[in-house]
Amino acid sequence: MENPYLPYPVRIDEIITETEDKNLKTYKLVFLNTDDEEKFIFQAGQFAELSIAGQGEIPIGIASSPSEKGFLKFTVNKVGRVTTHLHNMTVGDIMGVRGPLGNYYPWDRMEGKNVVIIGGGFAFTTLRSSIIYMLHPKNRSRFKDIHVIYGARTPGMLLYRDELTEWEKRDDIYMHITVDATDDPDWKYHIGFVPTITDQKAPEGNADTYAIVCGPPIMIKFTQPVLDKLKYSHENIIMSLEMRMKCGIGICGRCNIGTEYVCKDGPVFTLDQLNRMPKEY
Amino acid sequence: MNVIKIDKKTWTEGIGRLQGFYRLIGPVKDGDFYQFKALEKGESPDFSMLNTRLSPKSIIYPQSEVMFEYSLDETRDDCHVIKEIQVEYSPQVVFGIRPCDAKAFLLVQRNFETPEYKDPYWIRLYETTALIGLACNTPCSTCFCVDAGSGPFNDAGLDILLIDAGEYYYARVNTAKGEKILKDSGWSEETETKDAELAIENLKQAAENRITARISTDRLKEKGVPDLFNAPFWEDVAFACINCGTCTYVCPTCWCFDIQDEVRGTDGVRMRNWDSCMYPLFTLHGSGHNPRDAKTKRLRQRFMHKLKYYVDKYNDGIQCVGCGRCINLCPVNIDIRKICEAMNGFEPEQKSI
Repeated sequence: MENPYLPYPVRIDEIITETEDKNLKTYKLVFLNTDDEEKFIFQAGQFAELSIAGQGEIPIGIASSPSEKGFLKFTVNKVGRVTTHLHNMTVGDIMGVRGPLGNYYPWDRMEGKNVVIIGGGFAFTTLRSSIIYMLHPKNRSRFKDIHVIYGARTPGMLLYRDELTEWEKRDDIYMHITVDATDDPDWKYHIGFVPTITDQKAPEGNADTYAIVCGPPIMIKFTQPVLDKLKYSHENIIMSLEMRMKCGIGICGRCNIGTEYVCKDGPVFTLDQLNRMPKEY
Repeated sequence: MNVIKIDKKTWTEGIGRLQGFYRLIGPVKDGDFYQFKALEKGESPDFSMLNTRLSPKSIIYPQSEVMFEYSLDETRDDCHVIKEIQVEYSPQVVFGIRPCDAKAFLLVQRNFETPEYKDPYWIRLYETTALIGLACNTPCSTCFCVDAGSGPFNDAGLDILLIDAGEYYYARVNTAKGEKILKDSGWSEETETKDAELAIENLKQAAENRITARISTDRLKEKGVPDLFNAPFWEDVAFACINCGTCTYVCPTCWCFDIQDEVRGTDGVRMRNWDSCMYPLFTLHGSGHNPRDAKTKRLRQRFMHKLKYYVDKYNDGIQCVGCGRCINLCPVNIDIRKICEAMNGFEPEQKSI
């Protein structure tokens, strides 16, 4: 019997410190067994449990894209026991990955449509996965306009800065990068909160336009009225939720919102679905 | 389905014979209460109990269970690699399970054996265990099994149902596993099925007549989740609750667990332990945010799960078998029957959106 709790062994191949506060690091993980890598077939928006012997497991969104082969990437914020331990690990260390888990952004439904990505802070990880996926030469033609509105507190708190710069240079993606505030005289992008920039830059909502929104609760709270004003239907607003999780497969019982387990039935829900669920997240 | 008549004089002898084939578990008196324990050689299950204080769920789903092992010894090649533990699951037979508790295993199975994921720990123990039930001739005052979809003579989930008929036990055999056990035991005095069924039916009627605790569940399905979720009675119900979690530990259908790593020296295990939705840590995020940060929310989760979410999800009744343990053991007298009535009868003044 296959054991869904058993992690695949992986080796840390590279660690990148992403932000100026050094609280966010990206881990590039390589499978010890190639068979395991072949079994790990995922879609942008899914997550996995990072598993450290002696510490425990943490559910983290997959930051690499299905189109990137040979490794997985996870960006981890230092908050608790497992993440703090992970932040002290080094290249070459052995750990585990269990997944892929959860559902994903509705790629079938978004085919042939405009996609507006709205992200804030460190919730940009599965959005990075999505952007890399959509920009892949094999996939780019499957989507119409791609907008990215991404904000952080300061320029130094933005994730994946080199890639943001590269995407800025492209003509097949509209980038709207913003920071809450900065005293950097060379800052050449927006200044302002994500909801404000969304109001100014996001295209009008229609049946052919989807918004994927990921960020801290405060950002989501103030972005939603903006999307309503722009006439996005709630079926076309896609959100990814976070919850305390253990099993990741809908069995251990803690991450439910009503009848839905965020780990198995989510983490991706449309706003329309969330409207019909209890407000308990 | 055939019925065997077992002369009580041959009972102990058969138990002894079965001990040669199986690990036997049964109710044993321990202080003022009964509990399920592995039976020593020569020990018989004590059927004088009304029911055990704790449900038998831990027989299939131990309160603490090792899932994996690993070494943190850097000199070893497999250091930090998490591995499955090797466990031999020898066949075991549980005597004296009450029908409500047996039915509970079927409810819990829905959680551990899903179309997408199979929990190997629960399934392996469930498959190597045979359940021999004991029908309730004298149900307790807090039993409401009939309205909860079970009953004092219910066969669901049982390999064999034993019915105490004075000098005899009738044994209703439901599965091949049950037939094998009867064969191994050597008790096999065949009886006229018709007479036995009649005698059993009479005992069953008498037992059901003794059950006076009623609940209504017929309208739970039609209620809106947001309506019940936002109902005004939760504050009142939760007022006395001390979030002790007793209800969840004694409940045969509560299945939530936690996963933790434990290390001694360089040897470590990953294990799972029963957890409880009554505790704030159950849902506390790393960020400090907690979607169920107040006891009212935690209590509401427990009853909404059992009496609404489960009902909606599986469309086969409530996630409760009416054993009454939570009613008996709650230190502040919270009564699931009253909450069920409140939910089943709830009419929102205005429909929530």
